[in-house]
Formats: sequence, structure tokens, C-alpha cells
Amino acid sequence: MTKAVLSTIELLVLLLPAAALLAVYMARVFRGERTFLSRALRPIEKLIYRLCRIDEGGEMSAKSYGLCVVAFTLVGCLALFLIQMLQGILPLNPQGLRGVRWDTAINTAISFGTNTNWQAYAGETTMSVLTQMLGLAVQNFLSAAVGMAVAIAMVRGFTRRESATIGSFWVDLVRSVVYVLLPLALVLSVVLVSQGVVQTLRAPVEVRTIEGATQVIPMGPVASQEAIKELGTNGGGYYNANSAHPFENPSGLSNLLENLALLLVPTALVLTFGSLVGNRRQGRALLAAMLVLFALGLGLSFWAELSGSPRLSEAGVASGENLEGKEMRIGIPASVLWAQSTTATSTGAVNSSHDSALPLSGLAQLFNMGIGEVVLGGAGVGLVGMLFYVVLAMFIAGLMIGRTPEFLGKKLGAREMVMAVVGILLPPVLLLGGSAIALVVPAGLAGLGNPSAHGLSEILYAYTSAAANNGSAMAGLSVDTPFYNLTLGLVMLIGRFATLLPGLAIGAAVARKKTVPSSIATFPTTGPLFVVVLVGVILLVGALTYFPAFSLGPILEHLLLQAGGAA
Amino acid sequence: MKEVRTALLVLLVFTLLLGLAYPLLVTGVGQLAFPRRANGSLVAVEDRVVGSALIGQSFTSARYFHGRPSFSDYDAMASGASNLGPTNPAYLLDVRDRVDAIRREDGLPAGAPVPADLALASGSGLDPEISLEGALLQVGRVAAARGVDASVVRELVMRSAIGPFLGAFGERRVNVLLLNLALDGVS
Repeated sequence: MTKAVLSTIELLVLLLPAAALLAVYMARVFRGERTFLSRALRPIEKLIYRLCRIDEGGEMSAKSYGLCVVAFTLVGCLALFLIQMLQGILPLNPQGLRGVRWDTAINTAISFGTNTNWQAYAGETTMSVLTQMLGLAVQNFLSAAVGMAVAIAMVRGFTRRESATIGSFWVDLVRSVVYVLLPLALVLSVVLVSQGVVQTLRAPVEVRTIEGATQVIPMGPVASQEAIKELGTNGGGYYNANSAHPFENPSGLSNLLENLALLLVPTALVLTFGSLVGNRRQGRALLAAMLVLFALGLGLSFWAELSGSPRLSEAGVASGENLEGKEMRIGIPASVLWAQSTTATSTGAVNSSHDSALPLSGLAQLFNMGIGEVVLGGAGVGLVGMLFYVVLAMFIAGLMIGRTPEFLGKKLGAREMVMAVVGILLPPVLLLGGSAIALVVPAGLAGLGNPSAHGLSEILYAYTSAAANNGSAMAGLSVDTPFYNLTLGLVMLIGRFATLLPGLAIGAAVARKKTVPSSIATFPTTGPLFVVVLVGVILLVGALTYFPAFSLGPILEHLLLQAGGAA
Repeated sequence: MKEVRTALLVLLVFTLLLGLAYPLLVTGVGQLAFPRRANGSLVAVEDRVVGSALIGQSFTSARYFHGRPSFSDYDAMASGASNLGPTNPAYLLDVRDRVDAIRREDGLPAGAPVPADLALASGSGLDPEISLEGALLQVGRVAAARGVDASVVRELVMRSAIGPFLGAFGERRVNVLLLNLALDGVS
């Protein structure tokens, strides 16, 4: 218990000040102002504009902004698909791996292009150094930057009056990479190497152990990829075991820093939002709502995992401690804290096996993803998703007080409302529909790694993770089959655009409007009442959507675990 | 289409910057500043590499401390967890078998609880460490097999114990390979 509280406090003590600093910095970056890094980075930024023939002062309508988002995402997916298929004849392939199988390559290309980083493959034996470095790691940066750009464009909509444009996608993208992600990744990757994360282009090393056995130890440029994997809320591990692997996460310090990194950009962006709309209290109010939801999920998970498993106690395990799938240098509290962080954001990196977690912590993880990852959320997309709920909450509040709903001086009309509801409800429709299909077709059931209620959770988790672009898994489910690769690929792709495009549409709709001055009758959106309404709306939508599915999966399994009945 | 052309150009430029320049720069800095760690924290005995301090390996002899159960039997090219669910009957039977085996090997009475890490598989299948309790439990067996005084072995275990980081991250634990190498050094 002490460790649970202590680890959470230590993480927050680092996170909140770091996010506040980064938020101020990002507000300057996205307003195009000078920062302390401009002397070094401005030439790189300008060079990229010149090489790519980007007009720095260019402005786009939501339609062209959205078109660029879609074109850039699809071009990235296609390039990644080709690199995987051709890796056998490309250089930097010290293990002599062959091209990736077509359905795995499609799934992985969509997965990394949409910031999901779902992995149907095992990195050690599937991806060459070139594919990891030039393919996967590049998309780690770019998919995160796309999410950040869209969030900034949407927020910009709230700051403009009677404007037909919301900024330039290419400029927002380049600034996200050059000023934010790249400098952070450089620093973090070097710190990670100092902890023991490997960083080399060498082939795997063969050793003879002192008992005379042979062990082949994989290598790779891991630290550079690990850093952006967390900072970009990506989550695709270099190795199969992801951040549970000692070469990805070798120490208590690396674990703390990686956990911090995966929360940092989403947390800061919420505060940047406050700065950009000229009301920092607005950003803090959204962050407060997120932290309340974070605390609820974390509390449930801690309670479940620290109570231990009665079935393990019966089997003779001391205190029924649920260490299955967890590492000693990380321990149970830090595994729980990470699991909550990685599903609250869209990261999906794991430092323990979520399949072996106790049912109620699984429930918290499913809920975090199911509500659209608005508890901090993905780099950018978390803020976008939260703003959908804000529109919905203001609509409901407007109905209650009998006034046209408004937010930040913008009257919210039918268009904003429709787009927000599409963004909130399309992912659940996809994931519940997808799970339902997988639960009745033989190709879906064939993948199950565990029987009974837990099996249902595995399938539900897979589609939830895909629709929310999370990428973590209850990895006992065998998903490297054409059925899962293609259905999950489709869900990831639709889930991604179901967040990005309605976000842009709302941004454009409010940009066109006048800003009305606030009056005494305006519902204040920076106080505790707003936070309560917002959290209430999110919990209500989540509970109404998922209660039936959750009661057949994690809730039933929890009862079975406690009762000692046959699973 | 103009958007697609720009998209291709941006992807190309960023692939060079983020896919080549960035990882190569980190590789250069890492290899210069932390060469041992950047190359896998390999451990050598008399110039022969016997493993990595960070990657667990299988120990079966009674003379050595044993690590945690591993889903891949410490095949470092196949990292991963068992991914067995907490109510899976086959998994719970496996755990019972492991608990019984540990009680037999280390001379515990029937029904005695066994430290969780010794009976439950790790997340990576390559966890290089076990809990301090898990190591102390094995002291008697290891000392008997080597014909040395148990207090010597216990002292070695206590000296190897590390963690938790900042009082919260990780368990109080020992590195199995390094402990076993230290054992070979004294007896």
C-alpha cells in the first residue's frame, strides 16, 4: 500500500511541473513564437519547409487540413507496408529475416500509421533493424505529430472569429516533430542507454552460460525507439515483451522515466489548450476532470491487485501475490500504475502482462480505452476526445438551464453536436460489433488463449484497444491470423479517423462563428461544477455503453475468482 | 494531387531525419558514453561472455540459485509472458506443481507458502532477478550442494540485495546470474 501511494506521488511530483513547463513551451511553438531552442531548431524547420515546398504562412480550411491528414496517414501506412514486404532484400538485416507476411504487414502498417502500435508480431524474429528504425520508429514520431497537429488545429478554431481556416497541417506537423518530440526523444534515449537499454546495430550475440547452455541475446537500436515509443504515446515494443523486457526497461529509474514520458505530452497539451485559448484555468479544469477519472481507475486497480488472488493463496503462493506476468525490478504497484497510465493515454506499451492481471484491473483498463482514452489520452487525440465530451456536457447543461449551449464564447449548434456524438459513439459501435463477430465465428474463437469469461475479455480487449488506437493487448489471444489482422486493421483505421476528422470539423465550425462575450447567465467552465458535470457525463456514457459487455467479462471473472468456482 | 506530393516529400525528409540521423546520433553518443550498457551489459568470466546482467538465464543445478519460471524457458529470442488468466484452471494446476517442486527442492514443510516470484512466471520470460526472500529460501540447498557454510552463502545474498528504487519501484531483490558468479568466486 505504501509503495502504491509513494510511486503515484513520485510520478505526479515529476509529471505536473514538467507538463506545466512543456505546456508553456508548446504554446509558444504553436503560436510560432521564439523559444530557447529556436536558435538551433529554426534552421532545421526552415530547411524542411524548403525541401518539401511548404508555405509557412499557408492557411487551410478544415477540408484541406483533413485531406492532408488522411493523405499523410495513408502514405505513411503504404510506405511502412512496402518496407516490411521488402525487408528481405533491403540492407540492415543482420539476421537475414524474410519479408513480413502480407496480412501481418497490413496490420502493422495501419497500426503504426494510426498511432495504435498494436503488434501481431514478435519483434525479435520478425522485423529487421531497417524496418524497426526507418519504418516503425519514424511512424512513432509522425503518427504522434499528426494527433498533436489536429488537436492544435481544433483548439485554434476556438480562438478565431469568423475565420474560414484553422492553420496549416504541414506547419503544425513539422513543429510538433522538430520542437517537441525530437528534442525530448534525444534526451530520453541517452538517459535510457545509461540505464542499460541497448543501442547498437549489431546482430544478436550468442553466449554460453555457466551451466553450459547456449543463449542468443537480441540487440538493436532500442533506446532511440523506446524513447519516442513512450513520448509519442505509441507503445510498439522493439521486442515482444515490450517494456517488460529488461533491454527496453532495465531499472526502477528507467521505469519511472518511461512512465513519465508516456504521460507527459498528453498532459502538457491539455494545459497548452488553456494557454492558447487565453484562459489557463480552462486547461486546468479539463486536467482536473482527467485526474479524477485517472484516480478512480487507479484506485480500483490498486485495490484489486494489492488484495491478491485467493486462488493463488490456495495454491500455496505467499499472500496470493499476483506476480504472474510482472517483473521484479518493477513490482506490483509500479506495474499497476503503468497499466493505468498506458490505457488512460493511447500508449499501449506494457511493462507487465495485462492478460494475467486480476479481473478488476482489467476492467479499469477496458474502461479507460472504451471511453475513448480521454483520461489524458493520446498525444493530441486525447484532448480532441475530451473536447467531444465537453461539447456533449455543455449541451446537456444547456438543456438543464434552458440556454443555447456555449463553450469559450462559441455557441454550440447542431453541427458541433453531431460531430461530437460521432466521435464519441463510432468507436464503441466498432469495437462492440467487432467483438460480437469475433465471438461467433470460428476464426475468432480459434485465437482464444484462455477459457470462459476471461476469453471474452481477451476478445473485447483486442477490439477496444484497436478502436481506441491504444495497442496494448491481453496477449494470450493469438491475433497473427488473416481474420484478426484484417478486422483489427480496419477497426484501427476507422477508429483513428473517427477521432481526427470530427475534431477538425468542430474546430472549423467554431472558427466560423462570432465570439459572444460571457454574461452572468453563462455556465462557467472553469469551476468545480463544470468538472463534476464533465466527469459525470463521461462515466454515464461509459457505463451505459459497456455495462452488459463488462458484466460478462471482467465482472463475472472477478466473481468466479472470489467464489473459487470453476472458470 | 498536391497533398499527396507534399505528403511523400515530408515522409521522405523525416525518414532521413528520424529514421537515420536520429538513431545513428543516439547510437554514436551511447557507444561513446556508455559502451558496456549500449551493447547489452554483457558479463564475461576470464574473457568468455557468459550472458547479460540484464537477461535472465536458466539455472537447474542445485549448486546455483534458480531464477523465476519462464514461459519461454529463457529463450532470449522469444521474450514474453505466459498470458494465462487468473482463473485459468490449467494455469492454477501448473502453479500448484511449481509450488510443490520448490517445497521439495528446498525442504519446506507441506503447506508452507512459497514466495510468489519463484512460483509465477515473469512478464518478459527473461527476468534476471528474484526476490530477497526467494533467494534466502534457496540458501540451505545451495550451501549443502557446495559443502560450504550456509552463513557464507547467506552473507553473499544479503550483500547482493538491491531496491526498491525511491522506496516504491521494484521489490527488494537479487540478480541471479551475478549472485551465482559471486558464489563461484568464493567456492
